[in-house]
Amino acid sequence: MTKATFTRRGLLRTGAATGAGLAMPTIFTGASWAQGQGFTNAPTGDTVTLGFNVPQTGPYADEGADELRAFELAVEHLNGEGDGGMLQTFSEKNLDGTGIMGKRVAFVTGDTQTKSDAARASARSMIEKDGAIMISGGSSSGVAVAVQGLCQEAGVIFMSGLTHSNDTTGKDKKANGFRHFFNAYQSGAAMGPVLESLYGTDRRAYHLTADYTWGWTTQESMQAVTEDLGWETVNNVLTPLAATDFSSYIAPVLNSGADVLFLNHYGGNMVNSLTNAVQFGLKEAQANGKQFEIVVPLYSELMARGAGRNIAGIPGSQNWDWKLENELGSRYVGTNAFTQSFGTKYGFPPSQAAHTCYVQTLLYADAVQRAGSFNPCAVAEALEDFEFDGMGNGPTLYRGADHQCFKDVVVTRGKENPENEFDLVEIIEATPTEQVTYEPDHPMFAGGALGECNPGA
Amino acid sequence: MQSFGRKDTILLIVVALLVLLAPVILNPFPQASSLAQFNAGYPDLMQRFVIFGIFAIGFNILFGLTGYLSFGHAAFLGAGSYAAVWMFKLLSMNVIPAIVLAVVVGGLFAALIGYVSLRRSGIYFSILTLAFAQMSFALAYSVLTPLTNGETGLQLSLSDPRIFDPAATGSLPTTNLFGIDMRATTTIFAGPWEFQLNAGYYMSGLIMLVAFWLSIRIFRSPFGMMLRAVKSNQQRMSYTGLSTRPYTLAAFVISGMYAGLAGGLLAAMDPLAGAERMQWTASGEVVLMTILGGAGSLIGPVLGAGFIKYFENIFSKINDSVLHTWFGALPDGLETALVTLVHPFVGKGWHLTLGLLFMLVVIFLPGGLVEGGRRIRGVVGRRNRKAGDPEARAASKQPAE
Repeated sequence: MTKATFTRRGLLRTGAATGAGLAMPTIFTGASWAQGQGFTNAPTGDTVTLGFNVPQTGPYADEGADELRAFELAVEHLNGEGDGGMLQTFSEKNLDGTGIMGKRVAFVTGDTQTKSDAARASARSMIEKDGAIMISGGSSSGVAVAVQGLCQEAGVIFMSGLTHSNDTTGKDKKANGFRHFFNAYQSGAAMGPVLESLYGTDRRAYHLTADYTWGWTTQESMQAVTEDLGWETVNNVLTPLAATDFSSYIAPVLNSGADVLFLNHYGGNMVNSLTNAVQFGLKEAQANGKQFEIVVPLYSELMARGAGRNIAGIPGSQNWDWKLENELGSRYVGTNAFTQSFGTKYGFPPSQAAHTCYVQTLLYADAVQRAGSFNPCAVAEALEDFEFDGMGNGPTLYRGADHQCFKDVVVTRGKENPENEFDLVEIIEATPTEQVTYEPDHPMFAGGALGECNPGA
Repeated sequence: MQSFGRKDTILLIVVALLVLLAPVILNPFPQASSLAQFNAGYPDLMQRFVIFGIFAIGFNILFGLTGYLSFGHAAFLGAGSYAAVWMFKLLSMNVIPAIVLAVVVGGLFAALIGYVSLRRSGIYFSILTLAFAQMSFALAYSVLTPLTNGETGLQLSLSDPRIFDPAATGSLPTTNLFGIDMRATTTIFAGPWEFQLNAGYYMSGLIMLVAFWLSIRIFRSPFGMMLRAVKSNQQRMSYTGLSTRPYTLAAFVISGMYAGLAGGLLAAMDPLAGAERMQWTASGEVVLMTILGGAGSLIGPVLGAGFIKYFENIFSKINDSVLHTWFGALPDGLETALVTLVHPFVGKGWHLTLGLLFMLVVIFLPGGLVEGGRRIRGVVGRRNRKAGDPEARAASKQPAE
């Protein structure tokens, strides 16, 4: 046992020390820089910090690496270095290469590990430690939804990167979050007519679905669209995101009576599941007297590169493709400007993940410039119902009701005879915006609320 | 039997001071300097230090005392997190019910798994706990999706009932302790330095101190002695007519409750629970923390937790452009060479650096960081004795018999 002895002198000394300790904070009466201007991380010096939170490990690491390249390029262009890229073609001319509102753009990066937890920790450290005023990136809807929630609570803007789930701007939408990328519903709406013309109206579909928000909503959208065509859905099997071998999921497909396989997988998942499917001979198989077909609702050049020859002939949808302007004309102006500066810097064409992240960064910078403030609420207001052009997707609307962009959707197919390793997909068509537009209260998007913009602090 | 002695009081006071002053100690570099990269004194990371400290302290009660190596402790942490987030969704944003339920759920879950796993010892016990944890992970990840929201993670939403709170309008409510917002941070400016004092951190820190004190009491109690006896020779104990199972089960449940507490606190600081908290890598992490810091020592696990979390959060954020600014003053060729050389060890390569350090610690300091500290003290102490005490020097020269 310890015995405490109090002496007058000791008590006085302790009291004085405690008092001094308590008074300390008031000596440095720094009203926090956040409170000074009424919002979180208001930039005070001559730089402004953006946080780029991308998967550097895990199944979406390839996408993450490309996103990071695009962010670096965007920052270069905002700071007036390089050739300016899409700043030359963007319909708004507020950005002049002097950073954002005269402040030089700096950035910090982090690894989401394709895990919600790690992504939130990384984003929190960007906000709390590095003073990031905007968070962007992410290549998984689960992560995007989690980080969007965090940004809403912390009071910074979230410009999501590659996230395709309906929930990001549906039931999990947030006032501080904005999405340029298209979504699962739009994929379905664009692919429906193409699937009908390719495979007819009498088909039986089998779905393999990544088991998280993106997979669920993609599967739901594709099922709705194909059943409208008269197709039948045989089965839907959920696969873990962390899976790397899909043999056991592919094996039952051929005997299930299905003649079309939907791979609702993305990134490394899709590369592996498609490879397995091809190894099992699904591409050459016959079922119900028809040629067996494989469909990948969300497609990208990076995945095509990973899957190699297996991708030939398989249809899917994309947000953007680097050949868009060359093949479909000047409606998609900006595409070549971006591909040019990306190619010059890195030696290969950009992926759609890179494109959406680049565009989101420029859109954010432009919105701040137009709003005349870094305050998230002012920025959000500037972005809501904002119409722009010259960013490679044709005329685009940032809808205020759910913070989703509306633009054309590209339907693509794996090339049978690719000429080089970057030219692996061919564009079937660009589905016009009207065909992929839906009401904000569409049942697949219902159940959430934007809430109010939160400036934090 | 030892009692809670003077040494323990001093240790507790030192830890308390460290917790209190962490925002200052962990931010040694001015905000504008290029070394600010290595500052760790921001709320999120400090919270992680103390919360994973609690997790490791609890794990050490089982592993350090009884020698039973559990590879499934993350399951209790995850269960605690889910329980806490459900409390936030259903009852109130006050952290008290959430933390209490998290501890209870962690304990119950541990009792269930421990009851089965403790029928075996050694490697079989480890494998059993690993299997149970992976089962829990699979359940949380896909089977129990309505309860856990699967891969996306369990989150708050505006439409949650929260029966004790006023209805949320506009923005999501934040976690609080009777009105004190867990996110509330006061920033103190002292010249070029910035220190962030965060309410959530201090609450976690206080709980960590209580957890630490409790663990000292357990280490010094007759119960702790029984656990040590289990570690040194369980068979002999059985032959003397003692049933060891109640003791090991109690230790397992206590450490499960610690894990649940840590999980609940994680959710209280940031109301989200993801299935990956239960994955075997997370279970392995706490084993690493305990071994790195020094299994069986009091303060070791806390140091190990801090060490690993520091690497995860600070080293993983060093990217190539940061490297270029560091080596910017050097000639171009040398700069590029150095950046290429360092690149694999930072950023996403932080695992590599941590692995190397872990190997060094295990090879050269089998007792962990604590042993390192002891050795340094030993060297310094010897030197002092040599310098100040001629008799001791003479004594040391005496030939051994």
